[in-house]
Amino acid sequence: MLAKTMAEMQAEGQTPEILFWVGCAGSYDARAQKVTRALCEILQHAGISFAILGQEERCTGDPARRAGNEFLFQMMAMMNIETLNLYGVRKIVTACPHCFNTLKNEYPALGGHYEVVHHTQLLQELIHSGKLKLKEGGPFKGKRITYHDSCYLGRANDVYEAPRALLEALDADLVEMKRSRKNGLCCGAGGAQMWKEDEPGDKRINIERIEEALQTQPEAVAANCPFCITMLQDGLKAKEQNEHVMVYDLSEMILQSL
Amino acid sequence: MNVRKSLLLSPYFAPLNEFHMLQIVLFIAVLALTGGLAYRGYARVWQNIHLGKPEPAEGDRAARWRNVLLVAFGQQKMFKNWLPAVLHLFIYVAFLITQVELIEILVDGLTGQHRFFAPYLQGFYTFVISFIEVLSVLALVATVAFLARRNLLKVPRFWKPEMKGWPFRDANYILIGEIILIVGIFTMNGADTVLQARGAEHYVQAGPFAVSQWLGPALFESLSTPTLIAVERLGWWLHILTVFGFLCYLPYSKHLHILLAFPNTWYARLAPKGEMTNMPEVQKEVRIMMGLEQPDVNAPSDLPVFGANDVFSLSWKNILQAYSCTECGRCTAACPANITGKKLSPRKIVMAVRDRAEEVGAAISAGKQSRDTYDDGKSLFDYISPEELHACTTCNACVEACPVLINPLDVILQMRRYEILTQGAGPTDWLPLFNAIENNGAAWAMNEPRDAWRN
Repeated sequence: MLAKTMAEMQAEGQTPEILFWVGCAGSYDARAQKVTRALCEILQHAGISFAILGQEERCTGDPARRAGNEFLFQMMAMMNIETLNLYGVRKIVTACPHCFNTLKNEYPALGGHYEVVHHTQLLQELIHSGKLKLKEGGPFKGKRITYHDSCYLGRANDVYEAPRALLEALDADLVEMKRSRKNGLCCGAGGAQMWKEDEPGDKRINIERIEEALQTQPEAVAANCPFCITMLQDGLKAKEQNEHVMVYDLSEMILQSL
Repeated sequence: MNVRKSLLLSPYFAPLNEFHMLQIVLFIAVLALTGGLAYRGYARVWQNIHLGKPEPAEGDRAARWRNVLLVAFGQQKMFKNWLPAVLHLFIYVAFLITQVELIEILVDGLTGQHRFFAPYLQGFYTFVISFIEVLSVLALVATVAFLARRNLLKVPRFWKPEMKGWPFRDANYILIGEIILIVGIFTMNGADTVLQARGAEHYVQAGPFAVSQWLGPALFESLSTPTLIAVERLGWWLHILTVFGFLCYLPYSKHLHILLAFPNTWYARLAPKGEMTNMPEVQKEVRIMMGLEQPDVNAPSDLPVFGANDVFSLSWKNILQAYSCTECGRCTAACPANITGKKLSPRKIVMAVRDRAEEVGAAISAGKQSRDTYDDGKSLFDYISPEELHACTTCNACVEACPVLINPLDVILQMRRYEILTQGAGPTDWLPLFNAIENNGAAWAMNEPRDAWRN
C-alpha cells in the first residue's frame, strides 16, 4: 500500500512524523494522482513515516474562498481543523500550493496551527540531509528544462529557491522564462478559474504562458502545482507540442532519478 | 530667541524699497489663498478616505518603517524596470532637494531678503543650489522623456481604456507643470547670475551656480539691469506660483502619490500575499451552525452585509490606496487576464474606488446625502462589472507590481464576497463547485472514495 491513513496508523499505535495532505486534485485528478503516488514512493524510499487523512480529508476551501464563498470556506476549514487537531497533527506536507497556502496562512486564524511545507521544500530538505540520494547521471542530467513558478508557491508565499534547488540537484539545465519568480505569469487556473469558462478575451492565459515556455525551447517544463500542470499540458496540446515537450511535477522528476 | 528680531538684527539684512514691499504684500495674499485652496482640497481627500470602515495598522512597526524607507523613500520597487526607474528618480530627487530652495523662497517672499541663506552658508550654499540645478536639468530630461513615452512612443500601459480623457490630460498637465517649474528656476538663477556679476543692489554674491554660470550670461547678458531684475522676478514668481498651483492641484490629481505613497506604504499589509483577510462575522455564524458556539440572543435578526459593494463597506485603507495610485499601470501590464484581452484591469479597479469615493464625498459635502443613510441608487458595481471581477485569477501579479504597495486584488475579492454572500449571484459555472464542496467535501463531485488512488 502506498500510504496509510491517520486512522489506520493510530489503530496500529503509530504516530507518523508528517501528514501528507493530498488535496482534491491529488485525490481525484488522474494526472495529479500520479504526482500523489510519486510523492508517496519518495517518502517511503527516504524512510519517512507519514500518513494521509484519506476519506477524512476535505477540500481546504481555497477555491470557495477565492470565489467569494466565505461560508463554504469556513465550513471546510472548521471540519478539517477539527480532524487535524483530533489527530494532533503537527507537520503537514502537500503537493498543492493552494492547499499549502490555505493550511499555512489561513487556518491559524481559525485555530489550526501546523508547520506546513510544500513538497518541493521537503524534497530539498531530504536531499540536503542525505536522506534522499539521487543517482549520478539521472534522466534529467543536462536536459534543457524551464520552470514555471506557481502563483501560490511563488508570489503568495515567496518560495522560489526550493524548486530550483531540486532542478540543480537533478543536474538539469534550467532555462528561465522571461517572466519568472516574482514576475512569473499565472497559468490561468487560480481564483477558482479552474471551474469556470474564461471571460471574453483574445486568448487563454495558459496559451500565453506555454508560448513563453516554448520560447525557451525546453525538453520539459517543470511545475509544482496540479492545476498548473493541467493548464500547461492543455496549452501544449493546443500548440500540438505535447508529443515533444513533457510537463512534470518536480516530485516525478526526483522519483525518476532515485 | 525672537526669530523676527534676530532676522532684523542680522548684519546681512538688506533695506527694502516700495517694490520689495509690494511683492511682500502680494506674496502674503497668494500664500493665504494657496493655504485656503489647499486646505479645501486635502480636507476633501481626508474626508473621502474616511468614508471607509476603520481598520487599525497591525503588525510589526519595524517592518512598516522598512516599507516606508525602502519602498516609498528608496523607490525599491520602481527598479524592476530600470529605465523609467532612473528617469523617475531624477524627478523625485530633484523634487526632494528643491524643498530646500522653497524654504529660501518663502523667506524671500515674506521678508524680501533675497538668497537669505547665502551669506551664512557661503560655499555650501553655492554647492546646494548647484546641486539643485544639476538635478533640475536631469529632471527636465526625465520629464521630456516621460512626455515622449506617453505621447510619442505610446507605451501600451498608458493607452488602456481607463486612461482616456481626464487621466490622460492629468498626466500631461503634471509633466508640463514640471517643465514650467524648471524654466522658472533657470530664468531666476540665470538672471540672478548676471545681476550678481554686475553688482546690482539687493543681489547677494552667492557664487557661481553649476548651470546658471554659463546659461545666465548666454541668455541674458544683453539685457539692461532693470529688465534683468524684471526677468529675475518673473522667474521667481513663475517658480513659486507653479509650486503653489501644484500644491492646490495635487488633491485633485493622480499626482497625489508623491505625498500618499508614504502613509500608504506604512499601512500596507504585512501578511503573506496569499493570505486572504478572515471574516470573523462569517466564522461566528459557521461556528454557531456547527454547534461550536452558542448563538447570541441579543444579535440583530436581519442579516448583515458581507463583502463590499461601496466605499462604506471597504476599509479606509482601500480608499487611501486608491488616492495613492498614480495610474502608472504596472499592475495592469502584469495582469494575466488583461494581457490576454479580458476586460479586467487592476488599475481601473483602483481608479473606480477613487472615483466612487469622489462621487460619494461630493454628494455628502453638498448636503444632498448624509453619510449614515447614503443612498444614491448606485454602488461600486456601477463602476466595476461582474465580468471584470470574474476574470481575476488571484495571482497577485498586480499586488507585486505596484511600486507603492497598493492591493487591487483585495478590492476584487471583497466585491466577489459581496456578490456571492450578499447578492447570491456570481458565475453559474461555480455552482457545481460549491455543491461538490458542500456535499462531497471535494472540489469535484466524484463517485469514488477520496483515497481510491491508493489501490
